[in-house]
Amino acid sequence: MTFSSQLIQFFFTGLTLGSIYALVALGFTMIYNSTGIINLAQGEFVMLGGLIIVFCTMVLKIPLLMAFVLTVTVVTLVGALFERLAIHPLKNASVITLIIITLAGSILFRGLAMFLWGKDPYALPPFSGGKPWHFLGASLQLQIFWILAVTVVVVFGIAFFFNHTLVGKAMTACAFNPLAARLVGIDVRKMVLFSFALSATLGAIAGALITPITLMEYERGPLLTLKGFAAAVLGGLGSGAGSIVAGFIIGILESLGAGLISSGYKDAIALLVLLVILWVKPSGLFGSAEASELKKF
Amino acid sequence: MSEEILRVQGLEKFFGGLRAIDSLDFKVAEGTIKSIIGPNGAGKTTLFNLITGIYLPTRGAIEFQGRPVGGLKPHAVARLGISRTFQTIELFGNMTALENVMLGRHSRTSAGIFSAGLRFPRMQKEERGIKERALAELRFMGLEDKASVGATSLPLGEQKLLEVARALATQPKLLLLDEPAAGLNAKETKNLSETIRKIRERGITVMLVEHDMSLVMEISDEVLVLHYGQKIAEGLPRDVQRNRRVIAAYLGEEAEDA
Amino acid sequence: MAKKDLLPLLFITLAIAIFPVLAGGSEYFISLLVFLGINGITAMGLSLLMGYAGQISLGHAAFYGIGAYASGILTTKYSLHPLGAFFIGIFLSAFIAFLVGKPTLRLKGHYMAVATLGFGEILFIVFNELSPLTGGPSGLSGIPSLTIFGHPVEGAKYLYLVWGLVILLLLFSLNLINSRVGRALRAVHGSELAANAMGVDASRYKVQVFVLSAIYASMAGSLYAHFVTFISPSSFGLMFSILLLMMVVVGGTSTIWGSLLGAAVLTLLPEYLRAFEDFDVLAYGIILLVVLFVMPQGILQGVRRFFEGKG
Repeated sequence: MTFSSQLIQFFFTGLTLGSIYALVALGFTMIYNSTGIINLAQGEFVMLGGLIIVFCTMVLKIPLLMAFVLTVTVVTLVGALFERLAIHPLKNASVITLIIITLAGSILFRGLAMFLWGKDPYALPPFSGGKPWHFLGASLQLQIFWILAVTVVVVFGIAFFFNHTLVGKAMTACAFNPLAARLVGIDVRKMVLFSFALSATLGAIAGALITPITLMEYERGPLLTLKGFAAAVLGGLGSGAGSIVAGFIIGILESLGAGLISSGYKDAIALLVLLVILWVKPSGLFGSAEASELKKF
Repeated sequence: MSEEILRVQGLEKFFGGLRAIDSLDFKVAEGTIKSIIGPNGAGKTTLFNLITGIYLPTRGAIEFQGRPVGGLKPHAVARLGISRTFQTIELFGNMTALENVMLGRHSRTSAGIFSAGLRFPRMQKEERGIKERALAELRFMGLEDKASVGATSLPLGEQKLLEVARALATQPKLLLLDEPAAGLNAKETKNLSETIRKIRERGITVMLVEHDMSLVMEISDEVLVLHYGQKIAEGLPRDVQRNRRVIAAYLGEEAEDA
Repeated sequence: MAKKDLLPLLFITLAIAIFPVLAGGSEYFISLLVFLGINGITAMGLSLLMGYAGQISLGHAAFYGIGAYASGILTTKYSLHPLGAFFIGIFLSAFIAFLVGKPTLRLKGHYMAVATLGFGEILFIVFNELSPLTGGPSGLSGIPSLTIFGHPVEGAKYLYLVWGLVILLLLFSLNLINSRVGRALRAVHGSELAANAMGVDASRYKVQVFVLSAIYASMAGSLYAHFVTFISPSSFGLMFSILLLMMVVVGGTSTIWGSLLGAAVLTLLPEYLRAFEDFDVLAYGIILLVVLFVMPQGILQGVRRFFEGKG
């Protein structure tokens, strides 16, 4: 393969990874906006999405589309349940307690997955059969295009939801000013519940999409959480558009790094981005330092 | 003629577009009590935060005993001899009253991790000194029986006094009191007034932000009036009281308990 | 050390002294207690950071690993004396903690947590990838036993060595807590704003206690390496960092004794869970959630006070 076709390969891999990170980052942003909480269990939603859809299609033999819908529904419910049982009761706890609660949640989900499905990775056949597409010397799996297509649809869907539906606008209002939102009759608690549920939905979609390419096992969560968070911070925590752009940036950086420098250290790339951004400009590429001073963290 | 202990020149603080402090000039004479008054939002606490290093001045200079202190970190400012209390109480709720005041001695003592962990004799001696001095300050504020009570378990009035004790333990030359009388009843306010006088007798210069006008008029040597971040009057209490601009600024507010 | 700490300290010293006799020389119980002591050391350091100074670290396994690999690599590949390796490990951990701590401890709550999480993961990757040095995923074996004047320290003697260090560090920590430094740390936890205003350089102290906790972890890691003689990266990953966190949280965090208690619980627990191999991660999650929600006044109060500082 020539160098340029390698680059194209890396670029598309990067876009693929980037889609997943963007979806995870979007989930973070949503929960952060409505609650100020960083949900350390975000990656586990992705993991559950992947493992459950495998279970549905491989064991229960449910056809793919239905399995997809079922998986996303189940994980959304898990997210909602998590909020109701673990987050809501301790709403007024301190920052560190909340961090540890979501951490505990992630451990719980991981433990559950390990218990139910063991430690082995599971595979899912690609959404559509067929040979990889050859483009300028690069060999691109078709699943990549499924991932990109669904991500684009989801992103537009989310944008529409937040800008044009009442519920979406209500959630945005809560993000800016929970007190004012409450005063105009928005049920903030419901919005918090929604944001967790919606983040779980995004995670599940990401998990289902990526499993045909990267497989899925019980331990995938934490690294996804970290990388997704890196994207969320890079894009400016609280900015949905920023999360998405940053997700792709990180995906491409990681892919290029893995291909050109070293594949063993590829995970470290996103993590280094995370550390550097937190250390140097926590308000991210698209946030303002002043605005982030005013936010809680 | 007493020396000036604090000099503020051309001080400005912007928060984005908001002008919190605007072209402020004033001096504080050593050994006096100077009160800063003004309607809510006038910038009084912002001024304290600028002096103590919590905010960086946008422009202008703050000099303490002739040294520039604008922009120094808060702990460095404390070390130089400026201490303060807070409008919303900032006691260490995880420690007792005595431990809170003992913490005040931090910048005047020096035991580090090693001498503390290994309990060198010099450190033990220093600890004893810290405890004695802290108890003395508690006594000064009338809180000696509350020494082993959890700081935030005290009633509000005593918590405010505890903050003063803690600030005094730092051995300040300039003490900034931010609304020390807020939430105090008449009797407590009278005791506070006495205490502030006694602090001045110790040779400590006091700056006071207060809304309680009777307290302000009673103990201040000088009063400075801020309005929208600008100085609109400065001088003897009775002169400021009669100043038309000051009265106009306060019109529209609830009548102060004069 | 305050007067109230004297009795438990004597009790522990006595208990450890007679333990090998009680255990009838059983290797299993002795090694269990060795692990307990080693974990206790790390937990104490973490308790100083989290319980007293009110910061958070989700990546402390990294420093444990640095100590372990320093001892392991230097004594096997470079035939350095274990004591030398021990101190190099400490120095390395302290240095890295300082470099990482300075920018990280400026961050607030969540950002600090995630930064430490990321740091821990990066080091885990490094342990795995530097195979020529660390042996990679297959690990490093043949780590020699500690020797004192040529005599190998094994079995019950290792128990005394580890717990000797535990007690020394416990004394050190207790002294620190009841000193000017301890007050400064607790003040930073209670109200960083007021601490700074009263002359405490909060940033400097946060970094100092972070470095100190890294040193504790490194010492523990070195002791671990010489005891098990074989180490691999899987012992120094996220799960162990979380386990360390749990020791501090579950044990009741308002005192350093809590961290020892937590270390005891979370060293003994995996032994019982060994039978349910697929169950352990789940159990940890449940335990952590239960402690956070349901623990009766005693421990929950401790957790509340620890986390909420000034309330």
